[in-house]
Amino acid sequence: MQAIKPQVGHQVGRSLPRLEAREKVTGRAEYTHLMQLPGMLQAKVLRSTVAHGRIKSIDTTDAKKIPGVFGVYTSDDIQTVIPDPYYGPAFHDQPILAIGKVHFVGEPVAAVLAADPHIAEQATQRIIAEYEELPAIFDEVEAAENKVLVHEELKPAGTFADLKHLKGRKGTNIALDFRLRRGDVDKGFASAAHVFEHTFRTQKVLHLALEPYASIADYREDGVTIYSGAQSPSFVRTEIARLLSWPENRVRVKVPYLGGGYGGKLYIKMEALAVALSMLARRPVKVALTMEEQFYTITKHPSTFRIKSGIDKDGKIIARKCEVWWNGGAYADVGPRLTQKSGFTASGPYDIDNVSIDSYALYTNLTPAGALRGFGIPQLVWAYESHTDMIARALKRDPVDFRKQNLLRDGRPQATGTILKNAAIEKVLDRIAEQLNWKKPFDRGQGVVRRGRGLAVALKAVISPTTSVAVVNIAADGSATLYCSTVDMGQGSDTAMAQMVGEVLDMPAESVRVVPRDTDVTPYDMGTLGSRSLFHMGHAVRLAAEEARDKIAALRRELGEPEGSNTPLGDLFRKKYGMQAGNIVGTGIYKPDYIPPDSSGLTTNATPFWMVAGSGVELEVDTETGHVRVIRLINVADVGKPINPKIVETQLSGASLMQLGFSMFEKMHVDGGQITNASLADYKIPAIHDVPPVMENITVDAVQDNGPFGAKGVGELATFGVSPAIANAIDDAIGVRLTELPITAELVLRGLYVKDNRPLGDD
Amino acid sequence: MSSSVRTINFTLNGRSVSVNVQPHHNVVEMLQAQFALFGARESCGQGLCGCCTVLVDGRPLSGCLYLAVFLDGSEVVTVESLASTGKLDPVQQAFIECGAFQCGYCTPGFVLMTKALLEQTSDPDDEQIRDHLSGNLCRCGAYPEIVNAVKLAARKSKAGSTG
Repeated sequence: MQAIKPQVGHQVGRSLPRLEAREKVTGRAEYTHLMQLPGMLQAKVLRSTVAHGRIKSIDTTDAKKIPGVFGVYTSDDIQTVIPDPYYGPAFHDQPILAIGKVHFVGEPVAAVLAADPHIAEQATQRIIAEYEELPAIFDEVEAAENKVLVHEELKPAGTFADLKHLKGRKGTNIALDFRLRRGDVDKGFASAAHVFEHTFRTQKVLHLALEPYASIADYREDGVTIYSGAQSPSFVRTEIARLLSWPENRVRVKVPYLGGGYGGKLYIKMEALAVALSMLARRPVKVALTMEEQFYTITKHPSTFRIKSGIDKDGKIIARKCEVWWNGGAYADVGPRLTQKSGFTASGPYDIDNVSIDSYALYTNLTPAGALRGFGIPQLVWAYESHTDMIARALKRDPVDFRKQNLLRDGRPQATGTILKNAAIEKVLDRIAEQLNWKKPFDRGQGVVRRGRGLAVALKAVISPTTSVAVVNIAADGSATLYCSTVDMGQGSDTAMAQMVGEVLDMPAESVRVVPRDTDVTPYDMGTLGSRSLFHMGHAVRLAAEEARDKIAALRRELGEPEGSNTPLGDLFRKKYGMQAGNIVGTGIYKPDYIPPDSSGLTTNATPFWMVAGSGVELEVDTETGHVRVIRLINVADVGKPINPKIVETQLSGASLMQLGFSMFEKMHVDGGQITNASLADYKIPAIHDVPPVMENITVDAVQDNGPFGAKGVGELATFGVSPAIANAIDDAIGVRLTELPITAELVLRGLYVKDNRPLGDD
Repeated sequence: MSSSVRTINFTLNGRSVSVNVQPHHNVVEMLQAQFALFGARESCGQGLCGCCTVLVDGRPLSGCLYLAVFLDGSEVVTVESLASTGKLDPVQQAFIECGAFQCGYCTPGFVLMTKALLEQTSDPDDEQIRDHLSGNLCRCGAYPEIVNAVKLAARKSKAGSTG
């Protein structure tokens, strides 16, 4: 049968407002933090006050006496219902409540239940926990020396097919070391005309979603229902089923909208505690954290990156050695996978014959670290694009020309050996340079305020292998419903998926119902992470819609409809069933091909698609105060063909503003393991006055050949280049090079004084 | 604690209401527990993010800090009042058209703040908009679209009032 003639026009490529827009502007959108169940108890958590210690005693006597307290629980109680209460995606290393030892300040030690959260909170303060303090380790490079051990024994989970080689080790803080060897890096350095080595660091920052973590569990003998602000409902289901030794079908995970996620709400966070407490209380239990508690839940990885490059006499980069230490905090979360996956591209978007990469996931006695909008890539780009710029300047080469000479191009092998395809790196770089009028003279200012410009480009291998499943259901009146477990946390996935269904079925996207995530109803998805959903789930949705379309076509044939007939769907159902009855169901499953890296870190198929983006910056530096003002921020990305151009633009804009905060001021201050600024009063995030006066968000003309409708992922892209573009622009303005984040006025001013040969003291 | 319960009377979204509150209950808790209104929601708990914004006698206040007992005798407006007839307010319409939110958690606060701004200044410039919204945070970073939405809302409100 011929394709049905379009009647409603293309749905893909429309800048359709979000489907849930009305719910959000009226305050009616559902979020877990705001949900209430009848008979629900509220949990409040007592947290560790020491970074590393043996628990000597926990006295709950006084807390239990407070009127209105339903119960007070420690790990002893948890283990009566879940004997082995350790969870985590890469390692089963995180206890629901601390067992025997605490491993970071803020680790949950005991929990109180009460109908009134104020009473529960008051009671936590009456619990007396005593610790025998142990030596603690906070720095990722020092942790690698294994002088202080965070865990006696490592507990790999084996969740990920490509992390099977992870084996539990003893006597080490290294949860994973990824190693890549391509060519002969030593030979490369030996034959180089110039060798440069620099070390870069990034700080501890956090997601700070405005909806703090929240989970509600309603345990019954025959099953448990969990409501959670979770980015990976399918994983929560699998993990809770494992903890309870239950089949998956007795665990139901429902996820409404998320008030921000950014990687923080991945895998499993508060769900296990909520389930355990509901089992103990036989009542629905809500664990809803405060803003402060988010600082003790999950953060971005601080990192140290030592990078060394050899350049031949013609300016070609012939060797690059990368050593990256990832500060994973007290529990592995997804750190090992981040360490490996980001390791694939640690040498940057350059064509280098000799590459050596060592990437280490380390345990320390800090809040655990996980994925935060980039899965490690922003930390790497900070280093390699600062380093690349420093080399260009040292060699008196134009930073754009030097990059273009060395750029990785389609058809050439990337560090892993995988041939680059559909990666518009040069287009992105050219477009940034064009927007900055790079070839034209630039006024760097005189006197107190100096001006500079800088840029950076980046490459990421999207995480693989992962699977997505979708179902499209056509009702007897012809209306379509999509079932998929991709979590809309603000990135607009519901809208984009509906557009794909509409495109295939030739119906307006706004007429497609997208069912809220519910593992009893919506099929498996690996998780909403790493900019993977539009590609992976997009394919599954496309396949499901195509199957439904094919079944509609078959029905038309069965009913004797003439070729090319446009008989409304509702009439077909009525003709077939004699009344408004029946369904047509299409399913789609997508899992891309992938070949795991060999022992040298090499593979011919590292990823189903490459993510490419960069940023350009113009800024002013006040040389009297060190204050930096970004006056123009340009983000350019290869997103393939955008499904919803407006949402793509706002994703680029928002991601770059988040990274602007991580670049300029956000930092969790840690003193002896204590976080000293765990509140929005002391930890500042970008506000409306921090937005640069000029922002440009641009997608280059590109197609992802193997993508759904030529598209690929967007969410993380504009975080990649922002930090090094700023540092490069500061160097351009005042000749001061900064190698650690955030770029505070103090750091800039100190740099200026060092440059003038009169360094400032520590006071 | 029951001995300290107080009865307060106020106007909520145009209706006279009377409720019993405890002295430590803040406005957000009271609106959620007694009226099932969830548009004002707590995030930072320190009056720094604006997610809990409500209008009290026309002035925006942080509902996570302001105690419910203080509402006695006042006129309270929440985001839920804006589309109570089913028709979106021009401010809400403008936020949708400009794509001025992503996750939506902070959106009711921004919408109410915009409503308050346009009551005072029918045609605010960029600087006035930014100053007025400087106490509201959006972690998704939709600020550029929010500024556009406020300007569009101003145009829509004007057109509505003259037409």
